[in-house]
Amino acid sequence: MPDNGSTQAKAATANGLAAAQETKRQRIRLLIRAAGMLPVLLLLCAGFHYLSDGRFFTGQNLGIVLQQAAVNTVLAAGMTFVILTGGIDLSVGSILAASAMAGLTISKLPELDALWLPVAVLTGLGFGVINGALIALLRLPPFIVTLGSLTAVRGLARLLGADTTVFNPSIPYAFIGNGSLTLVPGVASIPWLSVIALLVILVSWLVLRRTVLGVHIYAVGGNESAARLAGIKVWAVVIFVYGVSGLLAGLGGAMQAARLYAANGLQLGQSYELDAITAVILGGTSFVGGIGSIWGTLVGALIIAVLSNGLILTGVSDIWQYVIKGLVIIGAVALDRYRLQGSART
Amino acid sequence: MNDPILEMRGVSKSFFGIKALRTVDLTVYAGEIHALMGENGAGKSTLMKILSGAYRPDPGGEIRIEGKPARIEGPLGGRAAGISIIYQELSLAPNLSVAENIYLGRELSRSGLLARGAMREGVGPILERLGADFLPSTLVAHLSMGQRQLVEIARALHARSKILIMDEPTTALSAGESDRLFALIRQLRAEGLAIIYISHRMDEVYALGDRVTVLRDGRLVGSLDKQDIRADAIVRMMVGRDVSSFYKKDHDPEAGKGHPVLSAFDMADGLRVKGCSLTVHAGEVVGLAGLIGAGRTELAHLIIGAAPRISGRLELEGQPIDIRTPGEALEAGIAYLTEDRKALGLFLDMSCLDNINLAVLGRDAKFGCFLDRDKARERADRAFTGLSIRAANVGVPAGGLSGGNQQKVLLSRLLAIAPKVLILDEPTRGVDVGAKSEIYSIIDNLAKAGTAILVISSDLPEIIGICDRVIVMRSGHVAGEVRRTETAPLTQEDIMALATGTEHLDA
Repeated sequence: MPDNGSTQAKAATANGLAAAQETKRQRIRLLIRAAGMLPVLLLLCAGFHYLSDGRFFTGQNLGIVLQQAAVNTVLAAGMTFVILTGGIDLSVGSILAASAMAGLTISKLPELDALWLPVAVLTGLGFGVINGALIALLRLPPFIVTLGSLTAVRGLARLLGADTTVFNPSIPYAFIGNGSLTLVPGVASIPWLSVIALLVILVSWLVLRRTVLGVHIYAVGGNESAARLAGIKVWAVVIFVYGVSGLLAGLGGAMQAARLYAANGLQLGQSYELDAITAVILGGTSFVGGIGSIWGTLVGALIIAVLSNGLILTGVSDIWQYVIKGLVIIGAVALDRYRLQGSART
Repeated sequence: MNDPILEMRGVSKSFFGIKALRTVDLTVYAGEIHALMGENGAGKSTLMKILSGAYRPDPGGEIRIEGKPARIEGPLGGRAAGISIIYQELSLAPNLSVAENIYLGRELSRSGLLARGAMREGVGPILERLGADFLPSTLVAHLSMGQRQLVEIARALHARSKILIMDEPTTALSAGESDRLFALIRQLRAEGLAIIYISHRMDEVYALGDRVTVLRDGRLVGSLDKQDIRADAIVRMMVGRDVSSFYKKDHDPEAGKGHPVLSAFDMADGLRVKGCSLTVHAGEVVGLAGLIGAGRTELAHLIIGAAPRISGRLELEGQPIDIRTPGEALEAGIAYLTEDRKALGLFLDMSCLDNINLAVLGRDAKFGCFLDRDKARERADRAFTGLSIRAANVGVPAGGLSGGNQQKVLLSRLLAIAPKVLILDEPTRGVDVGAKSEIYSIIDNLAKAGTAILVISSDLPEIIGICDRVIVMRSGHVAGEVRRTETAPLTQEDIMALATGTEHLDA
């Protein structure tokens, strides 16, 4: 075999090339997984800045974007906990409305008005815990349970205000809805709503990544049967995540009430659950549970806010905004699939 | 011998620059059973996936089928070239009938409508030839694992495959089903099929193989003809070193035997376990043997509280204890290694570090809830060196590890709680030879340190190799116990007699 050597050498070069290509492809894939949707967010910002003739990157507009993203960020943080366990919470919009109604009702009582904020948050927590208990203890599917509470809690929200809009122009702590925290006097300030949202993200990160409970949440989402055998109290984890989702929906309700000085049980928070879910999925959290991060959720919520804001700035009609946002949801799920494919190594 | 039916010359495959297969030459003849062995990660599945068309080999190699160069591309490429593969995890649709499964993807139709009748008739002769005891119209969901395997084989024959690749086909089968499968494989050989038989189990290779080819680190180490097939030779080829004592049993059960650590009395779940009692002493390795379906795993689940029991009580170190959940079992110091590490044991997406520390996170936590990451890191590092777990680092997802390393990660999680009782359910299933002997020596060392160990296993040589005595279960009952004595060693015959209920017939 005289030419064996050269054939082998050729094969080796070809192999080397193929290998180099494979490595490059893998590196790109890893990069996509790590950076997630952040590049998309930056591209969107740059694109809208260009299309709106430079009206996007102004201090005022960025403030608006952050403020618009705030409530959804808070809801999406709660949704992240739920989806990480492989569940779903469709009831957050309704819980938000009911909590806002409960809060506003209390705020009109002369003696107890200052209690409206904790009441709103605790109302949300209560509904969340009920969701969680039904799912964990009666072993009902999360989709069905929260679909039911989506409707039932919406009804309760209307009941609370006798199906009218409740106003309170002198609601305590109104500053959290409309005030700003001054960072540098006269130069930079940040809306209190956004400060709350960022704090929620930070605390969520702390719980998910730095506590035992956080690992247990990932474990339940990654493999529920294994979690049970490993001695994790799966029921407690499930009640906790739905409790958090409810609590944060209550906080979102308080934020809305403080911002609007009013709440309407029928209209407030309609289809907020969809924006929250979209933010979580855009953020790379897997729908089947066990994979994802809270920072991704923040990026996802910002993408939605930038999209809304940018489409308005560039003068896209309301109707087309719906179409575009819907396509973004589908694109996000496609991305989820791609990500899962990349990590499916067993 | 006749002309080769399959020839692979210089076939290589690399992923991300790592060579999974290096210039492998493989020749397979019609009418032979060619056993393919190698540790996990040796390249067996890569080779198989190239033959099925799932992977495309690196340029430079050549595959010939019946002397003609073959290009196997796409998922149907293998089948088109006459190669069928029966995977470990069977690929049948349980909601469809046997006939529909066999015709899957090539359904017969009459003017656009599914021709169920014609399909049933079409598969009839093949099922008959295979000696199937079920009808073409039976739903696959109603079949046993052995019967499902038969459907897979029927599918291969129906596609007129000339080469049949079987990947650990007996993993899920009972002993009786395995014997029937072996008879069938020999029949297919006589009919002129070439069978590539992938297995970790030496006894199967002895029984079946006409030739054995061993892969290691993606290279073909060599082939042995039937008369040269010997266990030590194969093991040496597989691991590349001499494995003089494969099973390690240095601990002395009599020396450490003082007190009973775990006693279970009259455990029953009303279904598969019908009143079982057993005791495990400190420093003792007790085997729990029995046929598949005898209720061994179910008994273990009852002991650790993973399934509700209708009767029974437990004693731990002489004290009565009530265990209702796996969490309570762990707290009491009873650890259970599941037989199904992927579905019930590991968190494949989570890092090895988290997997190892999961059971002790709460105990280690600062202020009762915050992770102690230094301690976790230390523990994972210690497990990696102590159990020689091979992975890039402790942060990689457990799903990326080989079977043996996954098993060791799972084992480290249990060892982290320093258990008094360790129940190991099929501890070496799907684990390569090297890791197997490492796991045996871990078990041995634990017994020396005084842990009470109960080993559930279907691998009888393994049970005999590592256990001091063996409790045998048969259809939900403890059928008896076999002890090792000075004069009489444990034998497979004694255990099988109890497991199958023939011990009275002999007497």
